[in-house]
Amino acid sequence: MQLDDLNAIAEKHRSSRKKIIVRTCMSAGCMSSQADVIKKNLEAEAKAQGLDADVEVRRVGCMGFCGQGPLVGVDENGQHGLWEFVKPEDAPAIIAALKGGECKVQRGDPKHPFFAKQMHIVRANGGIIDPERIEDYIAIGGYKALHHSLTELQPAQVVEEITKSGLRGRGGAGFPTGLKWGTVAKSPGAKKYIVCNGDEGDPGAFMDRSVLESDPHLVLEGMAIAAYAVGADQGYLYVRAEYPLAISRLQIAIKQAKQLGLLGAGVFETPFNFNVDIRIGAGAFVCGEETALMASVEGKRGTPRPRPPFPAASGLWGCPTLINNVETFANISAIINRGGAWYAGIGTEKSKGTKVFALTGKIKNNGLIEVPMGIPLRQIVMEMGGGAPDGRQVKSVQTGGPSGGCIPADYLDTPVDYESLTKLGSIMGSGGMVVMDDSTNMVEIAKFYMEFCMEESCGKCIPCRAGTVQMFNLLEKITQRKATARDLAKLEELCDMVKNTSLCGLGQTAPNPVVSTLKFFRKEYEELLQPDPFGPHSNGAAKPQAK
Amino acid sequence: MAAKTLTIDGKQISAEEGATVLQAATEAGIVIPTLCHLEGVYDVGACRLCIVEVTGTPKLLPACTTKVAEGMEIKTDSERLRKYRRMILELLFAERNHVCAVCVSNGHCELQTLAYSQGLDHVRYEYTFPKWKVDTTHNLFGMDHNRCVLCSRCVRVCWHIEGAGTKNVSGRGGKSQIITDLNQPWGEAESCTSCGKCVQSCPTGALFHKGSTVGEMERDRGKLEFIVTAREKKQWIATD
Repeated sequence: MQLDDLNAIAEKHRSSRKKIIVRTCMSAGCMSSQADVIKKNLEAEAKAQGLDADVEVRRVGCMGFCGQGPLVGVDENGQHGLWEFVKPEDAPAIIAALKGGECKVQRGDPKHPFFAKQMHIVRANGGIIDPERIEDYIAIGGYKALHHSLTELQPAQVVEEITKSGLRGRGGAGFPTGLKWGTVAKSPGAKKYIVCNGDEGDPGAFMDRSVLESDPHLVLEGMAIAAYAVGADQGYLYVRAEYPLAISRLQIAIKQAKQLGLLGAGVFETPFNFNVDIRIGAGAFVCGEETALMASVEGKRGTPRPRPPFPAASGLWGCPTLINNVETFANISAIINRGGAWYAGIGTEKSKGTKVFALTGKIKNNGLIEVPMGIPLRQIVMEMGGGAPDGRQVKSVQTGGPSGGCIPADYLDTPVDYESLTKLGSIMGSGGMVVMDDSTNMVEIAKFYMEFCMEESCGKCIPCRAGTVQMFNLLEKITQRKATARDLAKLEELCDMVKNTSLCGLGQTAPNPVVSTLKFFRKEYEELLQPDPFGPHSNGAAKPQAK
Repeated sequence: MAAKTLTIDGKQISAEEGATVLQAATEAGIVIPTLCHLEGVYDVGACRLCIVEVTGTPKLLPACTTKVAEGMEIKTDSERLRKYRRMILELLFAERNHVCAVCVSNGHCELQTLAYSQGLDHVRYEYTFPKWKVDTTHNLFGMDHNRCVLCSRCVRVCWHIEGAGTKNVSGRGGKSQIITDLNQPWGEAESCTSCGKCVQSCPTGALFHKGSTVGEMERDRGKLEFIVTAREKKQWIATD
């Protein structure tokens, strides 16, 4: 495989395209509402109505507007149409509408703020290409960035381009990607590894799933470029077992890329070798933590270990290992194609590029959005999301999952970037954004996340294992109106202790939902407290004896 | 190997490169409380009792897994550290059923000793009183999960000194427990060599010799260290 071959595949694929493309979303969300039957019916109907010469019914990945699914898009003469809430029996009407027939299915508006305010880099091909056909990816310019890197750039130049882009890790902590790549590249060692973290586990988050299901080659290409940059020849894609569709599409993608010589030995007929294997998680949230994930890849119990040593120095089997999130890898080919400077021009001073968010909860427009960093939260929630349904008011936005916090509606003008969210006691996280309306009880929310952390604690270190149990019990006592001010003080003391003494990120951030709701909604806690029969002395300290 | 100079609790000390803060402190006669640490097996940094303050580092670091560095300034004792250590111990006591009065290790228990040394006179958290089982299927030893602190010393000893790989951890969070083989009763665990090293390693009364009664379970840690010293340094010297 050389560049000419790649171009030939792209050209052949483009020229064989039909006039009208009917795109059926076949991501997990729409699939759960019979998207596969819809596609079959559309194909049969196109044939029955004599349009099969002009119409291609294409399986595509996520189009983003998941709350309105199943979605069917139509491309004709550069015009784009969208059908929402499609049912299998709507197929005849949708095909008839291509000939000007009447169709009662709900029409989507591609100019809706939900779409108009987005900026697509990671999700550029989502909902457009068939994720199970590598030709589709190549036809829109796929694997060109890898070719360019391998044939025209030194590994150090690739790292420099990524550094210049200002890209930061999309897994949550926001560590500068270029710096990480540079560290792994400089770490001594003949054997190095690339790991892609696809163990997305935050409640309400589905960004990585969507990317893997809609555009698996984009992630593979990013990993291959990373491998070239740091000098690795083996990659592992760690995907949670709860994402079977993503796993099967990745398996197909890896097989196709190997067949074309885009993965494996001698990529693009250069001396660069790169193999990718999939590792499937076994249901533990903590395996999203990098050291636990690596233990799991090695076949051990998935528990974190203290850092340092960091994976960049000693990762998989003691070798230098580059570990990045799915979305981070999905940004790479665009940066190589269009340059680090172009990427650095998007977003804010310290947070560059775009970020994908899963917008869910009490909001009119649910779905997946990709927006430039620095966009005010209000635009996401009120304009794109359309605010809370049923005439209710937005009360708070939870970002960052169980490690994040609740941002009250008063702070909706906050720009969405790493620093601003941290300042408010929340985090960017991997991109879950759960909107809550004014009927939400914030203590219950804190309790929900604490229960999640308690269930997902690996049990290795004491503060997280036993501390989350006690914090959950105290929260339950508060919600049952059995707690006193002393219990609340105990809870706050535990939050501080678990945060500062836990071994890994799970424990260190487990108190965040409590801390942030206490910061902004303390009244809701205090309203549930009972008078203390032993007086105001907190922490159970004995009353000083009068002499 | 280069030596590193560092300050622990205001005391200037030197330590070998690659040594941990805990090793350096112990050598200098500074006691840092530990629970999951055991001489002879690798450290996991799990109990968090040995956390220390390092100047210039916002996070508290476990002394057992943090390597010494030139010019490091370490505080092993402060109001904050004492408070956190007490809370960790309180959490442990509330987590399972630690009843000293009826325990085989009463008087020889590391958890008990730690509680005394940290000035723990009562537990402020609600006891959870879980119902854990006692495994007495092995003909020499018993395992009382009610007294287990999940330090994983027995697991490490079993895998890395004996090499049997019988013990392991299953489950997660507060529901974690030490298992033998694939969660069979200990007596039916085929890989167990009945060497008893796990019993020697246990800090509490969770692992015991059958037949020992209240306060009788004393451990001979020297045996473990003897084996490790012999293996690693080829010196057949008892450390005690």
